[in-house]
Amino acid sequence: MNQDIVKLENVNVVFGDRQVVQNVSFNLHTDCITTLIGPNGAGKTTLVKTVLGLVKPTSGSVWRKDNLAIGYVPQKLQIDSTFPLTVKRFLQISRKITSSQIQDAVVSVKVAHLLNSSIHGLSGGEMQRVLIARALLLNPQLLVLDEPVQGVDINGQIELYQLISDIRKVRKCSVLMISHDLHLVMSATDHVICMNHHICCSGHPEKITSDPSYIDLFGSASAKTMAMYAHHHNHNHDLHGDVLQSSDQSHAHTGECNH
Amino acid sequence: MLYDFLIFALIGGIGIAIVAGPLGAFVVWRRMSYFGDSLAHSALLGVAIGIFLEVNLNIAIIVCCLLLAVILVAMQKQKFIATDTLLGIMAHSSLSLGLVTISFVEDARVDLMAFLFGDLLSILPEDLWWIGIGGLLILVLLYSYWPQLIAMTINEELAAIEGVAVAKVKLLLMLMIALVIAVAMKIIGVLLITSLLIIPAASARPLSNSPERMAVLAAVIGCAAVVMGLLASFQFDTPAGPSVVVAAMVIFLAIYVRPIKAQS
Repeated sequence: MNQDIVKLENVNVVFGDRQVVQNVSFNLHTDCITTLIGPNGAGKTTLVKTVLGLVKPTSGSVWRKDNLAIGYVPQKLQIDSTFPLTVKRFLQISRKITSSQIQDAVVSVKVAHLLNSSIHGLSGGEMQRVLIARALLLNPQLLVLDEPVQGVDINGQIELYQLISDIRKVRKCSVLMISHDLHLVMSATDHVICMNHHICCSGHPEKITSDPSYIDLFGSASAKTMAMYAHHHNHNHDLHGDVLQSSDQSHAHTGECNH
Repeated sequence: MLYDFLIFALIGGIGIAIVAGPLGAFVVWRRMSYFGDSLAHSALLGVAIGIFLEVNLNIAIIVCCLLLAVILVAMQKQKFIATDTLLGIMAHSSLSLGLVTISFVEDARVDLMAFLFGDLLSILPEDLWWIGIGGLLILVLLYSYWPQLIAMTINEELAAIEGVAVAKVKLLLMLMIALVIAVAMKIIGVLLITSLLIIPAASARPLSNSPERMAVLAAVIGCAAVVMGLLASFQFDTPAGPSVVVAAMVIFLAIYVRPIKAQS
């Protein structure tokens, strides 16, 4: 039985005179991968930061399970080059973490060879893996990733998605992930939420493994890790993101995880 | 003993350099050098208030620096002007306010140059106690909050999620910098204190691959600069603060010229 670990109810976030998140409600459960998609500037990162507790909602409530351990992999981590830092030191989050814990973490994300390298020379994909390793060192029950495959080539994306679903299988943690792609999501995703300030629609992605034209286009490895998400909006947006046709709006969230 | 004052100045200077090293590293990493400058300028306001109210100067300087650090943190929350503008306003306002206040005190003969550029002869055993207690307090705080300080410097959001009380640790760092500036003022002087924070740390950067190494090296380089500078100041009768800064600059150049040669 899946339990709720995070509950958002009618969450609104207003920055100045801009309503970034509008009346959003959803739950996150144990052992479940949720992917959040939506256009640029739709408030995805803000919503995720609300889940993390970095942004306080203007109204509405955010409930997190007591002592919920969260690992966060931010979209980008800019470390000042005046700060001398090796990968190993970066992963030494507190004095309690032992060398063998760090070793396990880097092995599980396949960056053990980078342990003594400077953090400043890493490629985008390597940095993502190091960030995931740091998040894993906290033994998270919820792993939150903000566009983990941004700036990574298609093969790198497949590898990263594979890695994330492996981590979830081994650790049985929940995953909340922002994806930059509106139609392709990780195939292990249980639940997709599409948002543009408010939740536009949500549901399950469709398996595309069997579609031969897709396999022709992207190869079979990609077909195993990616899945197509079919939107079912009941309204349209203009260029400013305002809802044009608002008849029969139901923001009710229907998808549940079933394994 | 004839050279007591030199011994006092050396002990005091080394004590300051030991804590200025790691704190200076944070000033370099977090781009706070203008913040240090503003606090240092406000130390003169502390001197003026201390003379005016006839209270202990060390206490007046420390209270004034800590107070201004808190005011700065509070005022950074407003969104009308950028932090560097705010710091510029505070630095020069508090310096001018200090100079104006001192000019009102007619009977007390105040050696302004000593406060602006530091004075070897002004170091008394009492000042060494202030440096000793202040320095020890900062070292203990640095050791106990080191992982949080480093996590916050890497990324404040990650640190917050990992359970670091970011606002509190940030304030603590600013208060520690204010404290070291307050106790260092007599030796180095208001206008030059920031250089004792940033030059040793900047010199240590090319030689370091970890934040801990950079902090320790900065302390060692700072001590060397203090010893070289104060001895030169005694030998050639040059002002103490500028002599220390010149020594630090020489070390900085020696370290930075080497990698540039290696590159070409």
